[in-house]
Amino acid sequence: MQKTVSLTVNGKPVSATVEGRTLLVQLLREQLGLTGTHVGCDTSQCGACVVHVDGEAVKACTLLAVQADGHSVLTIEGVATGDTLHPMQEAFRNNHALQCGFCTPGMVMSALDLVKNNPNPTEREIREYLEGNLCRCTGYHNIVLAIAEGAAVMRGEPAPNVYGTAAE
Amino acid sequence: MYEFNYHQPTSLDEVARLLGANEEAKIVAGGMTLVPTLKFRLAKPSDLVDLVGISSLRGITDAGDALVIGAMTRHAEVERSPLVKQGIPALAALAHVIGDPAVRNRGTIGGSISNNDPAADYPAAVVGLGGTVQTTRREIAADNFFTGMFETALDRTEIVTAVRLPKPQAACYMKFKNPASRYAIVGVFVARTGGGVRVAVTGAGPCVFRVPEMEAALARSFTPDAIKDIAIPQDGLNSDIHASAEYRAHLVGVMARRAVAGCG
Repeated sequence: MQKTVSLTVNGKPVSATVEGRTLLVQLLREQLGLTGTHVGCDTSQCGACVVHVDGEAVKACTLLAVQADGHSVLTIEGVATGDTLHPMQEAFRNNHALQCGFCTPGMVMSALDLVKNNPNPTEREIREYLEGNLCRCTGYHNIVLAIAEGAAVMRGEPAPNVYGTAAE
Repeated sequence: MYEFNYHQPTSLDEVARLLGANEEAKIVAGGMTLVPTLKFRLAKPSDLVDLVGISSLRGITDAGDALVIGAMTRHAEVERSPLVKQGIPALAALAHVIGDPAVRNRGTIGGSISNNDPAADYPAAVVGLGGTVQTTRREIAADNFFTGMFETALDRTEIVTAVRLPKPQAACYMKFKNPASRYAIVGVFVARTGGGVRVAVTGAGPCVFRVPEMEAALARSFTPDAIKDIAIPQDGLNSDIHASAEYRAHLVGVMARRAVAGCG
């Protein structure tokens, strides 16, 4: 069954013809060329494919493209403003919150979902919220620091000096 | 994934018509179990009937002595609902430990109980609270709804519309989760209700079950010590690479005692 879907992706209206079984992540990557959203496990475990649909984090490998018809999708490509990184992306860079980078788009999208619901999360709350995002470089420590910093900057506070050393 | 026809009806009548006309049609609620199942080609429906367009199935209402939760209400909504936090805080806490945040943004209570996964969390709450499942045809007491592994009392074209959960005097859910899948290896829901104490166990067996010996002992003395000598027979319990039946039987006792303590 072919179906034409119309949705908003990163603020722009988009139409595409998909099959019933086309996954949202396939539509984003293969038809719209938005390859920042990754497919890691393809079984809703790893969270590399997390995007926002109508402002809520979802796993794009476990949503059908037709289920996003008429809805608004935000991917990692839509997070920055031009060449200026979003404060959460900047915080990931500041804290070296990645090694290979494969999980990073999903981590950032989950982090933004967390901060939307909980603007001042504790370390424990950050760790709990990342339950559905796997990093196989085992770099969680800096990811948690980055999310705390990103959240602080988004609250309008100065970035916390998490290492206890003078910032350069 | 095999190809199928996707439908998004806006009324329950239309759902019934689609299910009636297509023998191999399947209902999708949040899709957090069904979509992975389709991807593994473990199911091959001709048609997928999505309930997302039926707004009457979504929402939480306070009915005085009970909460009524629409079938399409998502886990994240239950987790954050002031009505649930106030009326049945143990239910909000249970919803908070289902899957992960992205799954909770899509998964629904109606989908969870209709699927009746042996390791799902909601069946323990619905049985533990002595709830009632409302469908397009009737009301089914929780004790009669869950009939076996992935089996319920629902007919093929019958749809869960809401779940009615009486507010308990106190309740607590304790879950020993699989750290990878976040499913319950064992989860125990304990509730003190007007009708007595109820103890419901998920994850341990092929289907949620109650433990009458614990309920009777807790009715006499609602303390963890009251059930410390009650052994759960391991016969018929699940055994897999994650936990043996013997281990699960042991965990039922541990989780039950923690849940009693957690009732405060």
